[in-house]
Amino acid sequence: MTANDQRDARVAGHSQLVLPQYVSAAGVHPPLDTLAYHSSRLRAPGRPLVPMPQGLTEITGPLLGPERVTAADADLTAGHDGEPLGERIIVSGRVLDSDGRPVPATLIEIWQANASGRYAHHVDDHPAPLDPNFSGGGRCVTDSLGRYRFVTIKPGAYPWRNHYNAWRPAHIHFSLFGRAFTQRLVTQMYFPEDPLFALDPIFNSIPDPAARSRLIAAFDIELTQPDWALGYNWDIVLRGRTATVFETDES
Amino acid sequence: MRGSGHNHGGHLNQGLTPSQTVGPFLAIGLPWADGPFVVPPGMPGSIEIAGRVLDGDGQPVPDALVETWQADPDGRFDHPDDPRGPVAAMAGFRGFGRSATDPAGSYRIVTLRPGALPCPGGRTEAPHLDVSVFARGLLDRVVTRVYFPDEADANAADPVLASIADPARKATLIAAEEGGGRFRFDIRLQGEGETVFFDI
Repeated sequence: MTANDQRDARVAGHSQLVLPQYVSAAGVHPPLDTLAYHSSRLRAPGRPLVPMPQGLTEITGPLLGPERVTAADADLTAGHDGEPLGERIIVSGRVLDSDGRPVPATLIEIWQANASGRYAHHVDDHPAPLDPNFSGGGRCVTDSLGRYRFVTIKPGAYPWRNHYNAWRPAHIHFSLFGRAFTQRLVTQMYFPEDPLFALDPIFNSIPDPAARSRLIAAFDIELTQPDWALGYNWDIVLRGRTATVFETDES
Repeated sequence: MRGSGHNHGGHLNQGLTPSQTVGPFLAIGLPWADGPFVVPPGMPGSIEIAGRVLDGDGQPVPDALVETWQADPDGRFDHPDDPRGPVAAMAGFRGFGRSATDPAGSYRIVTLRPGALPCPGGRTEAPHLDVSVFARGLLDRVVTRVYFPDEADANAADPVLASIADPARKATLIAAEEGGGRFRFDIRLQGEGETVFFDI
């Protein structure tokens, strides 16, 4: 530790240390113990979560950016010998925090099934065809206005073993970092008017119907490219900062 | 409902995008070849934190993803929101680790020991890593912390550890030293010895 660092540590260790705080996601995310989703039964913690104040580790986070992606990574229809089968789509939107501020330069990672509803993964034994021209993984970094854009194909619905005749609505998995550990989010984007919504325990694990609906992209004719691809718009909202910054425990 | 006990301003949460499970196929999108390496292999002073993710039957979870985030050895973050001001980025130190579990439920992270951290109110947090665990069956990530077994005094003064009254529960957050710079940290999602998970 340098002399400067020691001085900084003394200053920072003083009760004047003021950290930005992020709003709670209470009531937004699904309860971990959603028993209708059978995989949670042996994996969801049985004890209540322990409240933890947001300290330096929580209000910072990895700022992973352009060094982890190439422009080609945002086009899931490219990179193979031919084009994948299915309905070509553009998925685009903005990453915002709940203050309405864009989240620029943040890494987004996605993965999905192919048009037949089959994942290019050894665990997936759904008897639907694999597509040699589709791997199903992509990534990009938001621009200065928090915008992102992927080109892919519309994933198919697929059966799973949660209960008799269980089918997942078509979806794309999204992973986001934001700029703080508190903002880390993994979720799924769905497509409008899917008849499977009412039957899906994962979609319905979100208690608030309004929050649930925020996972559904909107068809967007402005995003749609003539003679080429349908456009879907989907904005993602991460936890923003509280309006008032907490002073200290003693204040 | 679990996870709703701590409110930093719940009225402002309208509009947030809800979480969904990472599902069984995260390996298509999330693992990186260099994910486990917070620092490059062979960096002097590096340590390994490794363990297994286990379910409520004590069975390994082979489709989980473990992520870590931590301060550098001086207790600093190369991040604009660290109010102590800019810090020279430490060459090769990413602060962030990511490891998918293997068929035995095992993960591993290669990193440097983090420094202690100041916190509001003038107290000091003992050296720790924040951990996120994602898996099929988890509709939201679960968050825990790794502390070090040879930091008894710092751990005793740590406000987060102090908030956990039961010594057996507290012990789930302390890695076990295995020698040669290797630490073991098992994550028990449910049941006997269940790891403490936090609401942040």
